[in-house]
Amino acid sequence: MDNVGLIGAVSILTAGLTIAIGSLGPAFGEARTAAQALASIAQQPDESNTITRTLFVSLAMIESTAIYCFVVSMILIFTNPIWDRVLAMAAR
Amino acid sequence: MRMTPDEFVIAEWDTVRLNATVVYTWLVMAVLVGTARIITLRLTEAEKPSRWQNLLEVLVTGMRDQIRQVSQQEPGRYLPFIGTLFLFIATSNVLAVVPGFMPPTGSISTTAALALCVLIAVPLYGIVDQGVLGYLRTYVQPTFLMLPFNILGEISRTVALAVRLYGNVMSGTILAALLISIIPFFLPVLMQLLGLLTGLIQAYIFAVLAMVYIAAATRARAREPDATAGAADSSVHQ
Repeated sequence: MDNVGLIGAVSILTAGLTIAIGSLGPAFGEARTAAQALASIAQQPDESNTITRTLFVSLAMIESTAIYCFVVSMILIFTNPIWDRVLAMAAR
Repeated sequence: MRMTPDEFVIAEWDTVRLNATVVYTWLVMAVLVGTARIITLRLTEAEKPSRWQNLLEVLVTGMRDQIRQVSQQEPGRYLPFIGTLFLFIATSNVLAVVPGFMPPTGSISTTAALALCVLIAVPLYGIVDQGVLGYLRTYVQPTFLMLPFNILGEISRTVALAVRLYGNVMSGTILAALLISIIPFFLPVLMQLLGLLTGLIQAYIFAVLAMVYIAAATRARAREPDATAGAADSSVHQ
C-alpha cells in the first residue's frame, strides 16, 4: 500500500476509534445520571421540576464530550486538513 | 458531503459572497421580528386575548420563570439577551424540518458568534453589577493561583458552547443525509422527529448555560455580607 492509501486508511480507522471510545464514556455517564435522577424523582416527586431541568442540562454537558469526538471523526473523514497536503505532495 | 451551510453559495458578486448561513439567518430573523411585530400590533388587555397574543404571553412568562429559577434573581434585566438567544436557536432548529431549509446553527460560524456574545455579555453584566474591580476580583477569587485556570475556564466553556450546538445540529443533518441513502422514507422521518426534540433541548440548554454563566458573574456579590437578605428576596418572588 502506498503512503496516500495508508494515510487514508489510518484516518478512517482513527475516526472509527474516536467515536467508538468517545461514545463509551458519555454513555456510562449518562446512564448513571439518568438512574440517579429517576431515583431522586421517586424519592421526592415534588422536586421533579428542578430535578428534570438539572438533569437535562447535565445530560447535555456530559453528551458534549461525545459530540466533540463526533466532530473530530467527521473532520477526519470529510474535511481532513492533512489530506490536501498529502495529495499535493504525492502529485509532486 | 457538505458539512456546513457555509459551503452553499446562493449569490455571488465580485467581492461579496452570500452563503446559505447568512441568508437563512436573515430568514429566521425576519420570521421572528415579523411575527412579533404583527402580533403586538393588536395587543389587548381584554378578558380574552387573541390566540397569538396568548402564545407570546406564554412564551415570555415561561422564559421569565425559567430565568428566575435558574439565576435566583429578577429576570427583567436578562430576558432580552437570554430570550433572544433561546428564540433564535429554537426557531432555526425547528425550521430544520422544512425541506430546503438549512439551519444556520449547523454552521460553526453562527454558533461561534452566539458563544462570543455570551463571552462578552458575562463580564458586561458582572461589571454593571459589581463594578470593574469587583468583577476582576472574581478571577482571583479563592487564591491568586487560580487566575490562569479561571481565564482558561472562561475560554474553554465558550468553545464548548459553540461546538456543542454546532455538533448537535450538524450531526442531525448528516445523519439524515446518511440514512436517506441507506433506508429511505421511514427512518429519516423518525430521526427528524428526534431532531426536533434535540433541537429544542439544545436551544434550552444554550440559554440556560448562558444564564448560569451570567448569574455566576453577578451573584458573587450577593453571596457576601447581605446574602441572607438576597436569598429571602428571591424566595419571596418565587
